[in-house]
Amino acid sequence: MDIDLILRVYPHFLKAAVLTIELSVLTAILGLICGSLGAAARLSRLKAIRFIGAAYVSLFRGTPALIQLFLLYFGGPQIGIQLDAFQAGVIGLGLNIGAYMTETIRGAIISVHKGQTEAARTLGMSRWQATRYVILPQAFRLMVRPLGVNINALIKGTALVAAISVVELTYTAQRYIGSTYKPFEMFILAGVLYMIIIYATGRGISWLDKKVRIQ
Amino acid sequence: MTHHRPFVDIRHAQKCFGELEVLKDISLQVEQQQIVAIIGPSGSGKSTLLRAINDLDPLTSGEVWLDGVQVNKLLPHAQYEKHINQVRQQIGMVFQHFNLFPHLTVRENITLAPKLLKGVSDDEANALAEQQLEHVGLIDRIDYHPSQLSGGQKQRVAIARALAMKPKLMLFDEATSALDPELVEEVNQVMKMLAEEAMTMIIVTHEMGFAESVCDRVLFMDGGVVVEEGAPEVVFHNPTQDRTKNFLRKHLEGAK
Ligand SMILES: Nc1ncnc2c1ncn2[C@@H]1O[C@H](COP(=O)(O)OP(=O)(O)OP(=O)(O)O)[C@@H](O)[C@H]1O
Ligand SMILES: [Mg+2]
Repeated sequence: MDIDLILRVYPHFLKAAVLTIELSVLTAILGLICGSLGAAARLSRLKAIRFIGAAYVSLFRGTPALIQLFLLYFGGPQIGIQLDAFQAGVIGLGLNIGAYMTETIRGAIISVHKGQTEAARTLGMSRWQATRYVILPQAFRLMVRPLGVNINALIKGTALVAAISVVELTYTAQRYIGSTYKPFEMFILAGVLYMIIIYATGRGISWLDKKVRIQ
Repeated sequence: MTHHRPFVDIRHAQKCFGELEVLKDISLQVEQQQIVAIIGPSGSGKSTLLRAINDLDPLTSGEVWLDGVQVNKLLPHAQYEKHINQVRQQIGMVFQHFNLFPHLTVRENITLAPKLLKGVSDDEANALAEQQLEHVGLIDRIDYHPSQLSGGQKQRVAIARALAMKPKLMLFDEATSALDPELVEEVNQVMKMLAEEAMTMIIVTHEMGFAESVCDRVLFMDGGVVVEEGAPEVVFHNPTQDRTKNFLRKHLEGAK
């Protein structure tokens, strides 16, 4: 293993890792927004809105994320959507992970015992009040861990945007392989950095989960 | 001509779950301050009937009236929601599994609804919670979480939560069935106290002794119909229907 080479190129990889983190954070935020809206749609009283939610989920979970990215980035301009690679990456991955988060959030909401809604409604609360003050606070606690799983997948999924030339970790590794012909060192270096990001995120999720758990 | 409508007036209640007819033309009248027990085998429709009263399980046909207002009247969705929330504020309900809000303290469990629905201030709500907890003997548990309470204590908090809305009517659906035997009495005591305070109550129960000691009237249901109805002395000791006799005999054997 060429340690000297690693020491020479690692600052560039750190910069790329920062981009991976930015990409992950923005994607997670967009994903959470889409997931919340998606879950609200899936649980709507109105059939048409439930249908839109279900269509969103099956569309984005039923096709490869890479195809979604390519469609947005390469196909977008054809229908007047002009995005740079980073924007296309965030939007494409965010919509994609949002479909998974929709199911996570919905799952947490429906796994709050139905006696809770009944107790709230029996006291005279509206559907919204029961949701807001009784169901969601309990569902939030249930969704931290599974959302953590989605976020873990999302971080790894950011590697896909190398395919549309966003200079994140995977793309950077490939670029240095082109000039150094040392794929082993370059992928190890990228892999270690991914691991650190994922490990730190996992710790953060565990911390949050413990903090909000009902005693 | 003024025609007196009973305080609780259920008329020709029918309830179907798909093909299954769970309530078959049931009528039930309860006057203010009366206490009615509903007994019967599992699956006979007791819970369904009770839950029809606050429209938690809406009837397929028939009417439910409370204090001169039709509970299950036909209204456009938004208006109906407003109406039913108003009605439900007047009906306390206690469930077999307590259904306390686990993310809130005992205090918050009790104050949530009055604050949200009656615009009660924080101070008033706290006073209300303290008063209700004194009432059920749990003032020292006010800042506990439900998970830190025994089953009997949970059920007493659930009763306090319902009472904090100052209901006109209390519904109990097997309030003590999920409790360890040694915890049943403390909940029964609270219910007896409400009886003494002249609360109107409809109580679904498997505890014949308790029913006999607090109720004015007993309904025996089986297969979605009221088989027999009358004073507790009569229904428990001189039932006229064979189904009632069989049920009581089996129940007594089961209790031994
Ligand atoms: N939501 C529902 N969907 C379909 N069937 C239901 C539903 N709720 C109740 N039932 C059926 O209706 C019948 C009456 O149920 P109900 O809960 O009213 O009985 P119960 O007399 O309260 O019985 P138990 O003593 O076991 O509580 C049962 O056969 C039950 O399976
Ligand atoms: Mg029942």
